[in-house]
Amino acid sequence: MKNMKEKLSGRIFLAVALSTLSALAVITVFIFIKGLPIIGKVGVLDFVFGMKWAPSEGAFGIFPMIVGSVAVTLGAVIIGVPVALCCSVFLAEFAPVWMRNLFRPAIQLLAGIPSVVYGFWGVIFIVPFIRDYLGGPGLSILAGSVILAIMILPTIISISEVSILALPRYYKEGALALGLTHWQTIRSLLVPAAKSGIVAAVILGIGRAIGETMAVIMVLGNAVALPESILDPVRTLTTNIGIEMGYASGEHQEALFATGVVLFIIIMILNATAQYIVRRKRAR
Amino acid sequence: MRLDSKTAEKFAKAIIWSAALLVIAVLLAVIIYILAKGVPEISWDFLSQIPRSMGRSGGISSTIIGTLLVTLVAVAVATPFGIGTAFYLTEYTREGKITRVIRFSAESLAGIPSIVYGLFGFIFFVIYLKLGWSILSGGLTLAIMILPTIIRTTEEAILAVPYMYREVGFSLGGTRWQTITRAVFPSALPGIANGIILSIGRCVAETAAVILTAGSALQMPESLFSPARTMAVHFYILAREGISMENAFGTAALLIILIFIINVVFNMLVNRFVAKGR
Amino acid sequence: MKRNVLMERIKIAAVAAVFAASMAALPGCGGRAQAGIIVAGSTSVQPYAEVLAEEFMLEHPGERIDIQGGGSAAGITAAQTGTADIGMSSRELKGSEKELWYVEIAKDGLAVVVNPANPVDGLTLDQVRGIYSKEITDWSEVGGKKSPIHVITREEGSGTRGAFSDLVMQKTGITPKAIVQDSNGAVRQLVSDDPNAIGYISLGLVNEKVKALRLDGVAATRENVMNGCYNLSRPFLFVTQREPSGAAKRFIDFTLSAAGQKILSGEGLIPPAEGDVK
Repeated sequence: MKNMKEKLSGRIFLAVALSTLSALAVITVFIFIKGLPIIGKVGVLDFVFGMKWAPSEGAFGIFPMIVGSVAVTLGAVIIGVPVALCCSVFLAEFAPVWMRNLFRPAIQLLAGIPSVVYGFWGVIFIVPFIRDYLGGPGLSILAGSVILAIMILPTIISISEVSILALPRYYKEGALALGLTHWQTIRSLLVPAAKSGIVAAVILGIGRAIGETMAVIMVLGNAVALPESILDPVRTLTTNIGIEMGYASGEHQEALFATGVVLFIIIMILNATAQYIVRRKRAR
Repeated sequence: MRLDSKTAEKFAKAIIWSAALLVIAVLLAVIIYILAKGVPEISWDFLSQIPRSMGRSGGISSTIIGTLLVTLVAVAVATPFGIGTAFYLTEYTREGKITRVIRFSAESLAGIPSIVYGLFGFIFFVIYLKLGWSILSGGLTLAIMILPTIIRTTEEAILAVPYMYREVGFSLGGTRWQTITRAVFPSALPGIANGIILSIGRCVAETAAVILTAGSALQMPESLFSPARTMAVHFYILAREGISMENAFGTAALLIILIFIINVVFNMLVNRFVAKGR
Repeated sequence: MKRNVLMERIKIAAVAAVFAASMAALPGCGGRAQAGIIVAGSTSVQPYAEVLAEEFMLEHPGERIDIQGGGSAAGITAAQTGTADIGMSSRELKGSEKELWYVEIAKDGLAVVVNPANPVDGLTLDQVRGIYSKEITDWSEVGGKKSPIHVITREEGSGTRGAFSDLVMQKTGITPKAIVQDSNGAVRQLVSDDPNAIGYISLGLVNEKVKALRLDGVAATRENVMNGCYNLSRPFLFVTQREPSGAAKRFIDFTLSAAGQKILSGEGLIPPAEGDVK
């Protein structure tokens, strides 16, 4: 009897896992089927490194958008990850329990705010600030990075904090007993021990940053040209799709799916790197 | 220049505290601005009437229902599949090529922009499956969108449960199923719940994917097959077209309050469950 | 041992096959369970269609109309595939689209706007072209203060941009350095915030926050569009798969009736040219 129930539950889990995976597979296949033909037509190098995006003229070069995505995401990571890490360390190690219990729902709340609200807030506060004090039209890489940094904070903080808190108590107690200060314990023991969780959190955060569309449409300016400074308007791979998808048809639409393919590949490379790091760490 | 450990300690503490305060400040800035501008707009009329005249007047009742239904469908579908898959990957299989490929794919899909999900949802659910612009189309699209997140966070939560728990379960003669449900699952629950709440937040906040699948119709939805406008979509349209800033802020404020309530209730439920289990 | 592995793999393949088969069979299950008609397409036309629908549903209780955005191309495609009963377009139909049944429900003027604080009141079409192609980069070159011009345009596939390109830019391209916004309201918002900005929006949306420029000496007013002096305008179209009937026909008739046209004019649109019904 026990054996049958065991086998049955195993089968159920398998069925569930398979359905999930087929659903995910369908999307992947779909995007590639729709996007690959045009990459073939235009040529991989011309598509990825082409400088000109003008669908009405048949020009499908996405390099400016790749630069845009990289620049904005890099900015968001540079601004956001240190702050998020410090904050999660704070929550796990320094905050009194009442504060931690207050903070956690607050962070979840931040995660729940629609990206369009962040974008709107950015348009009202960040963009004019940049325009008046730093120059340029305000709609810029900098504006995008700031808003994205704010948006990925909750993801990184909450998952990192859980990872640090999950570490066995004796890690910390052992280190302190050996005479390390609190900070030394954190820096050389706890953070590295929680590394896989933290890396996972950062990767999820980067993924969210690269994938963000609505908020950045509102603050980036979406110019098609290659940016020359962080105060220039720019377009990312996602905003390119977001802005034009509603109106695109035929080859134009295929080119946008092709942009999706490129995004997919970038994410895959990102995750492969992350998994490699995590696996190396686990092997030790 | 080497700082002695005491100074390094003080310095580090200062930075960490400032980072935390910065995050608090940002949180307050965003939330308080919206609430200050939006809460005055919320009245019984606002909540109970449907939008009129492009959203300039009337309330937002249809969008509230729309948001709730779409999110409900998404979470109801994604949670069992996501948690089941995560358990399968961690408990029933050995770490090998297949599980790595699966995990890899799930993470890659977590990075796909929501607008691409929206496109897929539009062509697959709305057109191919003939569901039309509907709550179902929107909910199912969102379900696929949040699956990777739920799988990932559930996995992390499960892996964080010390192996000892399972050992104890097996040594007491339990089957894998019993060990999972009675030992592993309750311990992993807070982490899993965190993932679900993050996903609920994502659903309520999602705009791009929802516009293309659930539509932007203003009428009160009659069934899961009706089109519906969610509050996030409504806010976007109101704010961008400059139709009514007051109503836009009111919608945003209500969204924030709604998410707050969802989080609080969920956390309460989880705490009760965990306490009971012990 | 090998036999077990083979059995496992066969079982997995069987489950996958069943799943795939059910996916293929699904299209039969759906089918629009919604009564009423769906109107989808251009976000420029959408707000006006919503107001019309509201009025229509007040006069004909029991009728249900759901308005949906998505863009002109999406609307035309929806009409072609039958996903929507009526498609909305803010540009002329092209190529194979002309095989659809369509009617012009109104004309919409196009205004070139600047910030109210900008001393420039009017420009020649040549100057506008020069600004948008980045030949002219500073306001001082056209009679304003010395400061860089921030050029704002709509997205490539927008009907509004298409009209602007055809009527103003003609053979010259719009500079890739121009800032792109995805709606009339967003362009208006930006121009009203930035003293150095220039953009183009629906004439009906011009308010006190922006200043509409005189082009070649002609002021941008409804009267000037109607009498032909100011010739920047584009048609708003309702598109259907074939000759409309039933509820769709009733709604279109209402739109073209005196009552419907009064609503549209009240919102700032211009009556369609005579004899445009196909």
